[in-house]
Amino acid sequence: MSTRLAKGGRFLDKGKPVTFTFNGKRLKGYEGDTLASALLANGQVMVGRSFKYHRPRGIVASGAEEPNALMNHGAGGTFEPNQRATTTELYDGLQAGSQNHWPNLEFDVGAINAGFSRFLTAGFYYKMFIHPRPLWKHVYEPFIRQSAGLGKAPKEQDADTYEHFNVNVDVLVIGGGIAGLQAALAAGKSGAKVLVIEQTAHWGGRAMVDEPLAEGRIGGAPVDKFVEETRAALEKMPNVSMRLRLMGAGVYDHGYVLGYERLTDHAPTAAGPRHRLWRIRAKRIVTATGAIERPLSFAGNDVPGVMLASAVRDYVVNFGVSVGDRVVVVTNNDSAYLTAIAMKKAGLEVPCILDARPEGGGALMQAAQDLGIPVETGKAIAKVKGTRRVTGVAICVQAGEGAVLKEIACDAVAMSGGWSPVVHLWSHCGGKLTWDTGHAHFRPDVDNPPRDDAGEAFVIPVGTANGAMHIALALEDAEMSGRAAAKAAGHKPKPVATPDVTSPQEAAMEPVWLMPQGAPYELRMKAWLDFQNDVKVSDVQLAAQEGFESVEHAKRYTTLGMATDQGKLSNINGLAILSDALGQPIPQTGTTTFRPPYTPISMGAIAGEARGAVFQPIRRTPMQAWHDAHGADWEPVGHWRRPYAYPRSSESVHDAVMREVKNTRQALGLLDASTLGKIIVKGPDAGRFLDMMYTNMMSTLKVGKCRYGLMCSENGFLTDDGVVARIDEDTWLCHTTSGGADSVHGHMEEWLQTEWWDWKVYTANVTEQYAQIAVVGPNARKVLEKLGGMDVSKEALGFMEWKEGEIAGIPARAFRISFSGELSYEIAVPASQGLAFWEALMEAGAEFGAMPYGTEALHIMRAEKGFIMIGDETDGTVIPQDLGLHWALSKKKDDYLGKRAQERSHMADPTRWKLVGLETVDGAVLPDGAYAVAEGTNANGQRNVQGRVTSTYHSPTLDRGIAMGLVLHGPDRMGEVIEFPGVDGKTYKAKIVDPVFYDKDGEKQNV
Amino acid sequence: MLILHCPYCGVDADETELHAGGEAHVKRYGPGSSDAEFESYLFVRENPKGVHFERWRHANGCGKWFHAARCTSTLEVFGTYSAQTTEPPQEIKDKISAKRPGWSWREFA
Amino acid sequence: MKRYSAFAIAREGLRQHTGWERAWASPEPKSSYDVIIVGAGGHGLATAYYLGKNFGITNVAILEKGWLGGGNTGRNTTIIRSNYLQDSSAAIYEKARSLYETMSQDLNYNVMFSPRGVMMLAQTQHEIRGYQRTAHANALQGVSTEFIGPEQVKKLVPIINIDGPRYPVLGALWQPRGGTARHDAVAWGYARACSDMGMHVIQKCEVTGIRREGDKVVGVDTNRGAIDCNKLGVVVAGHSGQLADMAGFRLPLESVALQALVSEPIKPCMDVVVMANTVHGYMSQSDKGEMVIGGGTDSFNNFTQRGSFHHIEETVRALVETFPMISRLKMLRQWGGIVDVTGDRSPILSKTPVDGMFVNCGWGTGGFKAIPGSGWGFAELIAKGDSPLCDEFSMFRFREGKFIDESVAAGVAH
Repeated sequence: MSTRLAKGGRFLDKGKPVTFTFNGKRLKGYEGDTLASALLANGQVMVGRSFKYHRPRGIVASGAEEPNALMNHGAGGTFEPNQRATTTELYDGLQAGSQNHWPNLEFDVGAINAGFSRFLTAGFYYKMFIHPRPLWKHVYEPFIRQSAGLGKAPKEQDADTYEHFNVNVDVLVIGGGIAGLQAALAAGKSGAKVLVIEQTAHWGGRAMVDEPLAEGRIGGAPVDKFVEETRAALEKMPNVSMRLRLMGAGVYDHGYVLGYERLTDHAPTAAGPRHRLWRIRAKRIVTATGAIERPLSFAGNDVPGVMLASAVRDYVVNFGVSVGDRVVVVTNNDSAYLTAIAMKKAGLEVPCILDARPEGGGALMQAAQDLGIPVETGKAIAKVKGTRRVTGVAICVQAGEGAVLKEIACDAVAMSGGWSPVVHLWSHCGGKLTWDTGHAHFRPDVDNPPRDDAGEAFVIPVGTANGAMHIALALEDAEMSGRAAAKAAGHKPKPVATPDVTSPQEAAMEPVWLMPQGAPYELRMKAWLDFQNDVKVSDVQLAAQEGFESVEHAKRYTTLGMATDQGKLSNINGLAILSDALGQPIPQTGTTTFRPPYTPISMGAIAGEARGAVFQPIRRTPMQAWHDAHGADWEPVGHWRRPYAYPRSSESVHDAVMREVKNTRQALGLLDASTLGKIIVKGPDAGRFLDMMYTNMMSTLKVGKCRYGLMCSENGFLTDDGVVARIDEDTWLCHTTSGGADSVHGHMEEWLQTEWWDWKVYTANVTEQYAQIAVVGPNARKVLEKLGGMDVSKEALGFMEWKEGEIAGIPARAFRISFSGELSYEIAVPASQGLAFWEALMEAGAEFGAMPYGTEALHIMRAEKGFIMIGDETDGTVIPQDLGLHWALSKKKDDYLGKRAQERSHMADPTRWKLVGLETVDGAVLPDGAYAVAEGTNANGQRNVQGRVTSTYHSPTLDRGIAMGLVLHGPDRMGEVIEFPGVDGKTYKAKIVDPVFYDKDGEKQNV
Repeated sequence: MLILHCPYCGVDADETELHAGGEAHVKRYGPGSSDAEFESYLFVRENPKGVHFERWRHANGCGKWFHAARCTSTLEVFGTYSAQTTEPPQEIKDKISAKRPGWSWREFA
Repeated sequence: MKRYSAFAIAREGLRQHTGWERAWASPEPKSSYDVIIVGAGGHGLATAYYLGKNFGITNVAILEKGWLGGGNTGRNTTIIRSNYLQDSSAAIYEKARSLYETMSQDLNYNVMFSPRGVMMLAQTQHEIRGYQRTAHANALQGVSTEFIGPEQVKKLVPIINIDGPRYPVLGALWQPRGGTARHDAVAWGYARACSDMGMHVIQKCEVTGIRREGDKVVGVDTNRGAIDCNKLGVVVAGHSGQLADMAGFRLPLESVALQALVSEPIKPCMDVVVMANTVHGYMSQSDKGEMVIGGGTDSFNNFTQRGSFHHIEETVRALVETFPMISRLKMLRQWGGIVDVTGDRSPILSKTPVDGMFVNCGWGTGGFKAIPGSGWGFAELIAKGDSPLCDEFSMFRFREGKFIDESVAAGVAH
C-alpha cells in the first residue's frame, strides 16, 4: 500500500492541505505535492492503461521521463489531455482523470487485447486486416482508432492566454541542479549575461535527494547548504537571471533555444498567461540536464508498483510518500542502494536487495547491509507477481534462464538499470554521442559538438549530462565549462574555487539488458521496454528476425520510443536488445535521432498571442471605420480588408452589388482605392529603370500624363499591372495592385540593388501615405466641381492625365483614369485627410446620387469593359500575349524583364489559349472556373479541353451573364459556340465574342 | 534559425528579419541569349552540400540585399558581403579555404 | 514468400513467432543487373516493383546508401490526394491514388490506406474561384472532387472554427477518396514484394560514381564495388543533383528543409484531412491519435534535416486559429526532411542527356501521395523509353518554358 509517511517531504507545506479529485473521487494532498505524489499518498498506484494491451499502469518515475501517469486534467475551457502527473504540481481543486479505458480504470474492456498479446506482436497491423478490402475502412480502422489515442479531445475554446518572450544572453544554463548552478556561478563571475533555467519548481536537482542519503558533503556541509548559498550568490549578480518552471525544450541552429515556461499550471487562478514560449539566443549553451535512470527488463516489470529506484526515494524524501510497505530493490549499480537506505530510514521494510552483479556493490552496499538489509548478489527477478498491483517477486540467478529460487512477498519493486545522461539538447542540433562502456551509456562526444554560425561548438554539456557521474567530477566539470562558456562568449572568467566534496565512490555498474540473462520467450514477452506503447523485449527481437535491422526500422516497426515520453526510459534498453539480436556492439547500432521538444509543449504556447482578432495584423485605410459603420461586407485582400459591397438592411449582398454597379454607371459611385500600391521611382536613371520593369515604354511618358503598364516576371509571366504617372522630369509614380505593392516594391529594389546597382534610382513605397478615392460615374465631375478648387474640366484634365491642386481645400492629386469605363477620377489626398475628403464627397455627392461601391462592383464593371484583372485572368501561367495585350509590349525596347522568356518555344506557341469574351446562349452566368471541352480524351484518359473561364459575372448593365476566358485560337473563332460542362451537371453553351461588352468605343469615359 | 550579419546596417539579423534570395552571382541573360543560357540563368542552380554563396535581403530591417557565404550541411557562415559585386571578396574566399580546404563553387575556389 | 494473414498470425502466435521470415532479403550485390535503381525510398522501390510486375524485368538492384524508406518516405505527413489542377499532375496523382486503394492487397502488406477524405479550405474569394476551377478540371480528369459550402465543412469537421474573425471558412474543395496511409509500410511492403520477385534490395550501398561509355550509362561505382547495368534509374530526392553531377549533367533543383510535427495522441476527433492554404497549415489525425501537422518550407538551401522554428510557429498559429481546440494539445515531436524543388515545383520524371539513365526527382513537398503512380510511370519510362504519365514532366521543359504550375491550386506545402 502506498501511503503518506508521518515524517519527511521536503517539498511539502503541510500547513497547506489541498483537495483534488481523481476519477471523481475527492482526495487530499499538500501544497508542494505533484499530482503523482498525492495519488501515491492516497494509495492510488494504478493510474492508467497502456496504449495497445490496455494493461494496468502505475506511476514509474518522478519526473519528465514518466511514461504511464498521463491524465485528463481540468474541465471545460481548461481541459487538457495527457498531462503528466509527475510534473503536474498539485493545487486546490485540481481535477484529474485516468485515460484510455472503458468503462473505467479498474475494469477496462480494452484489456481483452492483453489476452491476445501473444498474437498482437510488433508488425501485427501490417500483416493483418488485409482482406477483404472494405472492412479496413469501415470496421478495422475505426476500431483501432477508437482503442488508440490516450486522452480525450478538448471540446471547448481554450480559456487561457499565452505569450512569447525574446531574450539574448551570453550563456544559457539549462538545468538548475548542482552542476548547472556551479556552471552559472563560474560564468556569472566573469560578468557574462547568464540565464539559468530549471524545468521543475526546485533548485538543486537529484543531489538534494541522493547526497544526504549517501552522506555526501560539499565544502564540508550538506548539499542543501551549498545549493542555497550558490543560488543566493547568483541571485545577487545583476548579470544573472534565474527562472524555475522553465524548460529548455529545443536547441536549434546558431544558438537558438526554445524555452517553455509554465507560469500558472500550478496556480490556475493566477492572472496572466498560462505558458510563455521563450525564444532565446545564446552565445553558449550549458546543458546541465542530468541523467535518467533506466528500468530493468524482467517479466512483469510493467505491473503497477514496479518503479524506478530513484523515483521511489524521491517520493520518500521529497514528498514523504512511501510507494509500498515492503519494497524489493533490484539493481545493477550502486545508486539503488540509496533507495533501500531511504526506505529503511523511513521505517519501511526492504525484504531484499537483488544486485545482478556477482560481486555486488561498494560502500553503499555496505551501508545498506549495516542497516540490516539483506543483499543477494548475482540475483535477478524472474517474474513479478500480481496484475493490478505487485504482490511479490520470484527470484532467480541473473546468469541463468529464470529457474525460480524463491518468491518474496512485496508490494513494490524499485529497479535500477543504470543511468543515461540526458543528451537530448546536445543532440538536437547535431551533437554526436559516444558510448561509455564503463557506465554503459551514451554521453556527448565533445569532439563532435553542435556547431554555430562561426563553426564553433556552442553547446557545452556538464555534470551527469556529460557522463560525470560522481558529484565531485560533476562540480569540477561544471566549473570548468561555466568558465569556458563565458570566455567563448567574450568575457574574462575568474577562477572559482571548486569546493571539497566527500561522497562515497560507487563500484562499477554492470550492464544488464535482460533479466535473467537467458530469459526464455515466455519471460521475454512479458518484459516491457516501452511501457506506454507496449513494446516488449520479444517485439524488438522479432523486428530483428524479420530484417528490421536499422535502429530506425526497429523503432518504427515496434513503435519503441514513439510514445509521449519519446523513449526516455526505453530507447537505450531497446537498442541494447536490438544490438544483441544482431550480434553487434551497441555503438554500431547507433541511436535514433533526438528531436525537439524535450517534453511536449502546448500548441497554445507555440501560437502565442496571435489568435482571433489579432491572428494577423490588419491594414486599415483611413476610411475603414466609415465603411464599417455603413455596413461593409468585408473581403480579405492580403492583410487589407476591403468592402466587397455595402448591403443595406434587408438587401442581399448580391442585390447590393447589382445596385452599386447600376448607380455608378447611372449616377455616381465612390470607391476606396487607398489599398492600391503607390511607389515613387525617382532619379536620373528612373526612366531607364522603369523601361526594364514594365513591358511598356515609360521613359517617354510626358510629365502630367498617365500610362497603363504591365509588369512581368523574368520568367515571362504577367505579375502586376497599374497606371504609371510621370510626376516630374525624374519622378514617376507607379500604381500597383492592392496585393502587389510590397512585392512590386521588393522586386524593384532587388533589381536595383543586385543587378543595376550603378543606376541612379531611388524608390519609396508610399502606399499608406495617401488615401485614394475613385470618383466614378456620369456625375463625377459635378461633385468635384461642387467641392471646388482644382479645374477638372475635360480641357484642363484630359483622359490619362493627372494634376495636382486642392479640392475642397484639401491638397490632392487627381488622376483622370478609368477602370470602369465611366467618367472617372482617382484622387489621392494625404492619408490624414482621407476620411474628411471621403465624407465631403459623400455629402456633396448626395444630390448626385453618390453611393459607395465595393470590390465586386469594381470587378463587374471592369469585366463589362473587358479589362483584365491580375489574379483572375492571370494565375502565374499567363503571359501578356495570351491576353491580347500586345499593344502594351513595347517594340522599341531591346529588353525588359520577361522579354527573353517570352521568346521561348512554348511561349511563342500559337496554340496557347487566348483571351476572349464569352456570352452564354441563354444569358445565364457561366460557372466560375469552368473548362470548355474538346473532342476525345488524351493519352491518360482525361477529357480534352480547349479553354476555360477566367472571370464570370451577372452584368446588371446588360442584364445577362458575361464572362472572359482563355480559349484555343479564341480570337479567330468569334461567334463560335463552345460547351462548358458545369459541376452542377448542366452543360453551359457560350458564344465566343469580343471581351469588351459595354461601350466599345469608350464614349462614356471621354466626356 | 540562422543569424546573418547585415553588412549594411551592421545588425546581426535573425532569420525572421531576412528574406532568402537564392544563388548569388548569377549572370543575367536577356534577349539575344540562347535557350540553354537562358534556362541556366533562370533555373539551373548550384545546390551544393557544403560551401554555397547566396543572396539575402534584410527585409524586415534596412531593406538591403547582401551576399552570404554559408555551408549548407552545417549552416556555418563564412561571411557576408556587399550585393554590389560579381564575385566573393578574396578575404572571404581565404576564410573558407582555411576552414574547407580544397573547396570550390562554380568558377571560384 | 510466406503470405501475411490472420491465419499466419494465429499460427505464429502459437509457436512464439519463430516462423516469420525476413521481410526482405539482404543479398550481396551481383556484378551486373538489367536495371539499377538508386534510392530505396518509396518512389525507387515502387519503380522496381512495377518494372517487375508490369514489364517482367526482375534482374533489378535497388541501391540504398542508408536504410530503405529512410528519407522523405518516412518523414512526411502521409497525405494522399489527387485534386490537382493541371492535367499532367492530376493524371499521375490520380493514378497513384487509385493504386493506393488496392495496395494492401497487391502487396499482401497492410499499408493502412485510409480514404477518409481530404478537404482544402477556401478562406478568400480568390481561393473559392481557384477551387471551383479545380473542381471543374477534376471532373474532366476523372478525379472525384466537389466544392462544398461552409455548413458541410462544419458537418464533416466539427472541430473546425468556420467563423474566425480574420479568415472565416467560405467553402472547401473536397476529395472524399483522398486520405492517408502508413508511410513506412509503403516502403516496407514494396521492398518485401521486390525481394520476393528476386530483386536485390541492397542497403548501406552508396553510389559514388556513374560509369559511362560515350553517351551511354554502363554501371555505377559504389562503396561495395562497381556494378554494371543496362539502365539506371536515379530516385534519390534531395541528392539528385549530386548523382547528376556524377553523370556530367545538371538538374534544375534546389534542396530545402520541410518540417512537420505531431501532437500527443488523443481519442479520434477529426477523421478527414484538412488543408488551409491561406493561413498556411494542414492537419490530420493518425490512427494512433496524433494530430499530424505540416506547413511550409524554409527558403534557403539546407541539407541538415533541421528547419527553422519560426515556420513551426506560423503553422501552429494557423492551425490554432482554424481548430481552436488544439490550443491545449501539446507538440510531441517536430522534425525536418530535405526536399528537392524545381523551378515550377512540379517533379521531374525524365530521360537525361545520358542514354539509358533516367531521373525521378523534384517531388518537393508532395511526393508521398504520388509513390505508386510515380513508380508505375517511371517503370514504363525505363522499360519502354516513353510513358504518357511522365511525358510532361521532362527535365527539358524549363528550356521550352513549358511549366506545370500548381500554385493556383495549392499555395502551401503538402
